[in-house]
Amino acid sequence: MDFIGLLAFGDTGWGDEMLKGALMTVLVSISAMAIGLVVSVFGTMSKLSSNGFIRGIGNTYTTIVRGIPELLVIYLLYFGLNNAVMGVAKGVFGYNQYIELPVFLVAALAVGLISGAYSTEVIRGAFLAVPKGQIEAAKSVGMNRFLIFHRVLVPQVLRYALPGLGNVWQLTLKDTALIMVTGLVEIMRQAHIGAGSTHEPFVFYITAALLYLVLTTISSYALNGAENWANKGVRRA
Amino acid sequence: MANALDIKHLVKSFGDLEVIKDVSLSADQGDVICIIGSSGSGKSTLLRCINLLEIPNSGEVWVNGELIKMGLDKKGQPQPSDQSQVDRIRAKLAMVFQSFNLWSHMSVLQNVIEAPVHVQKMNKIEATKRGLELLEKVGITEKANDYPSSLSGGQQQRVAIARALAVEPDILLFDEPTSSLDPELVGEVLKVMKSLAREGRTMIVVTHEMGFAREVASKVVFLHNGHIEEQGAPDEIFNSPKSERLKQFLASNLER
Repeated sequence: MDFIGLLAFGDTGWGDEMLKGALMTVLVSISAMAIGLVVSVFGTMSKLSSNGFIRGIGNTYTTIVRGIPELLVIYLLYFGLNNAVMGVAKGVFGYNQYIELPVFLVAALAVGLISGAYSTEVIRGAFLAVPKGQIEAAKSVGMNRFLIFHRVLVPQVLRYALPGLGNVWQLTLKDTALIMVTGLVEIMRQAHIGAGSTHEPFVFYITAALLYLVLTTISSYALNGAENWANKGVRRA
Repeated sequence: MANALDIKHLVKSFGDLEVIKDVSLSADQGDVICIIGSSGSGKSTLLRCINLLEIPNSGEVWVNGELIKMGLDKKGQPQPSDQSQVDRIRAKLAMVFQSFNLWSHMSVLQNVIEAPVHVQKMNKIEATKRGLELLEKVGITEKANDYPSSLSGGQQQRVAIARALAVEPDILLFDEPTSSLDPELVGEVLKVMKSLAREGRTMIVVTHEMGFAREVASKVVFLHNGHIEEQGAPDEIFNSPKSERLKQFLASNLER
């Protein structure tokens, strides 16, 4: 079968399957990024805390997740969560059957935890990049902590963090390729299946590569737009 | 009527280093007090202790007859016991910084109306009207919608003065307001400060500008190694200094 035929839509080709895989990749990436951002807010608060114990929790998290291969994080979470749920089911409810967790959930959580560790570092750095003098100026006109946080810190943190978060998004998008090991059918898994059934691996992997490129290229345009918006007026000089 | 400001037996150390050693100082309404001294003499630290950007180790700060209440934190370090009192009093003591410290994500006008609108809950239209008046006063109306990064240092500092005035403070604190400006920009900032002094505003000014101190100050305080070595009217300080240290300081600062 030729290239076009292989990737045709409908019953004969793999085109629609590959596109569905791309959609799944986007969905997992967005979910993971969102989970990661929530995690990173707590991670940042914890790493900037004056309490040594709380700071320790944040440091342990980013050290472990950034320090071991991402594939391993996914495996550990996948099997760890499954074991934990089955353990609880057996211990508490006396349920002895095998339980399969929703694969999408586990994938988004795993990639989210990875993405969150990197986002934490980005957001922490952005907080520290806000000049201390601007916080003192806010204090000197009588702003309380809450006002300083949401009027002076947050808008600038967003501006400083955006380029770094854009980077994390690209990494997250590509990290989702690793979750094919959980069986979730995203671009990589679909390409793998296609390659196996047709014995045309190159066609499928080059298609996968192109799909990732389309996604990352669209992302960088969107991120550039966002950065310009966040920097409006600020770095004109 | 109570003094505008009373500092009593203020002590501040950084670790083992005692930077302010038992300093007492008071200002009447309308006083312009210039604090002079060589770098490292503790003059900026003293100023920053007044609005609690630095927490003094001991001593009292009274603003308009109200004592800023101090207590101890869990580790036994001094800290204000009523943060809302501190926030309220800080707005009465608006500060102008050496490095301007304008909020870089806000336009000039937004910088000026930020505290009136969000701290003092002033109506935004009213605050904008007043903000523009203040910008006119410091001679910078045409830049109202520009961002600080596009302004010269002198312009930024004048905006910072307008921002400080916007909270209608009882006392203005100036922390070396002209020290990071190019020489040709110093004049425009000093001019604004002189006009504020003429209006009868109470000002505490840490400065290296001896000419300004001589012309505008009602009292000059010479700080050396964290204590007040000599204080008095500008005429006494500059024309008949008593202490050796002040003589040396003036000799090296006036010949320029």
